[in-house]
Amino acid sequence: MAKLPVTLTVNGDEYDLLIEPRKTLLAVLRDTLGLTGTKEGCSTGDCGACTVIVDGRAVTSCMVLGVTAAGKAITTVEGLAVDGELHPVQQAFIDTGGYQCGFCTPGFIVASKALLDENPNRTEEEFRHALGGNICRCTGYTKILEAVMQAAEEVQATA
Amino acid sequence: MKSFEFFEPTTLAEASRLFAAEHAQLLAGGTDLVIGMKARTETPQSVISLQKIAGLAGITRYGGGVSIGAMTKVRDIEVSDEIRNGYTALAEGAAEIGSIQIRNLATLGGNIAHASPAADTVAALLALDAQVDIAGANGERSVPIDALFTGPGQTVLTPGEIITRFRLPSPASGSHYIKHKIREVMDLAFIGVAAAVDMADGTITGARIGLAAVAPTPIRAMEAEGLLAGKSLTDALLAEVGEAAAAACSPISDLRCSAEHRREMVDVLTRRTVQEAVARAQV
Ligand code: FES
Ligand code: FES
Repeated sequence: MAKLPVTLTVNGDEYDLLIEPRKTLLAVLRDTLGLTGTKEGCSTGDCGACTVIVDGRAVTSCMVLGVTAAGKAITTVEGLAVDGELHPVQQAFIDTGGYQCGFCTPGFIVASKALLDENPNRTEEEFRHALGGNICRCTGYTKILEAVMQAAEEVQATA
Repeated sequence: MKSFEFFEPTTLAEASRLFAAEHAQLLAGGTDLVIGMKARTETPQSVISLQKIAGLAGITRYGGGVSIGAMTKVRDIEVSDEIRNGYTALAEGAAEIGSIQIRNLATLGGNIAHASPAADTVAALLALDAQVDIAGANGERSVPIDALFTGPGQTVLTPGEIITRFRLPSPASGSHYIKHKIREVMDLAFIGVAAAVDMADGTITGARIGLAAVAPTPIRAMEAEGLLAGKSLTDALLAEVGEAAAAACSPISDLRCSAEHRREMVDVLTRRTVQEAVARAQV
């Protein structure tokens, strides 16, 4: 089918695009906008590497048609830092070494950010369960959860 | 993914008209359809999004019960106080679907219309006696959820018909859902069992049991339900109820487990689910 005119708002910037309806939001972000921080792992909703925030909700962007994201506020990992200052969860991943190859990291960071916005006051067990849709094949998750717990403390301290 | 024509109607009538065409598919949350289209198990010529139709999402009071719009995200059902308190089994079923990222997309209508015998919300909707409202070219109609399914992936919906909402009667005294699975999250149900009981003075006045993934369609365990009515719960009664539920199913053997194991687990999990629903009814 012909491409459709769509306006996407990504990290506060508006883009007027022509998109084929069959393109996923993930493909639009990466291939059309060149925002390659968001990763494609499984492309079937199972790994969480493609997690972005749409209107305040963390979603797997490989399951979303790009045309249906028109008019919504999309945040990717590229949009988390404010004025060059990293979001607490980004800083925490650096401090704790919460990554090895780094492929899963943007998905974990964006999913964690959404959880922290919703409620930073969770136990490690609760964060572990809530991040069940994100897979890491390197770290064994210990450092990732350390990072998330550090960020949760930080966010609560400055709240 | 194959190309398709994309429609975003703003009224149900328009959506229904478009959906009545050959090779048309509805897009609700997209978590099944988009993945199916990528795998080319779904190759619709037109995709009709329900996302621009006002009034299809949300949880509202309805008489003594609640109405849940078909486009309500399962995440919103999982975290709703109204559902958690009054319709606990449904909140528990919703929480079992995929991951938070998927539950933020997936809708209750999509989970049900897909007619997977293993849908995580369906056992609870059966136990909670949901009524399914449907809109189509010939107006609206309503069917009880246990009359919705005709086979795996199949329902009584005729071309162009769209599920608009689920109505649940006033809350049962207690309800509970158990999913038998391997992984803590992101797993398909080997079996799903939900029970809802009404109680008065320690006596069960009514019970409903929904079973998922144990037959070609989700089913009610009617005989087991009948055994509970008018009684108070004893170990002997629970044993009978578990056996009756197991007898009601016609499970298959597949990659995930054998038919014998499924039947055995229906027995065990029905006992546990009923016990918990009764315990909840008494607090
Ligand atoms: S790429 Fe989307 S969940 Fe894996
Ligand atoms: S750091 Fe390599 S997959 Fe997580």
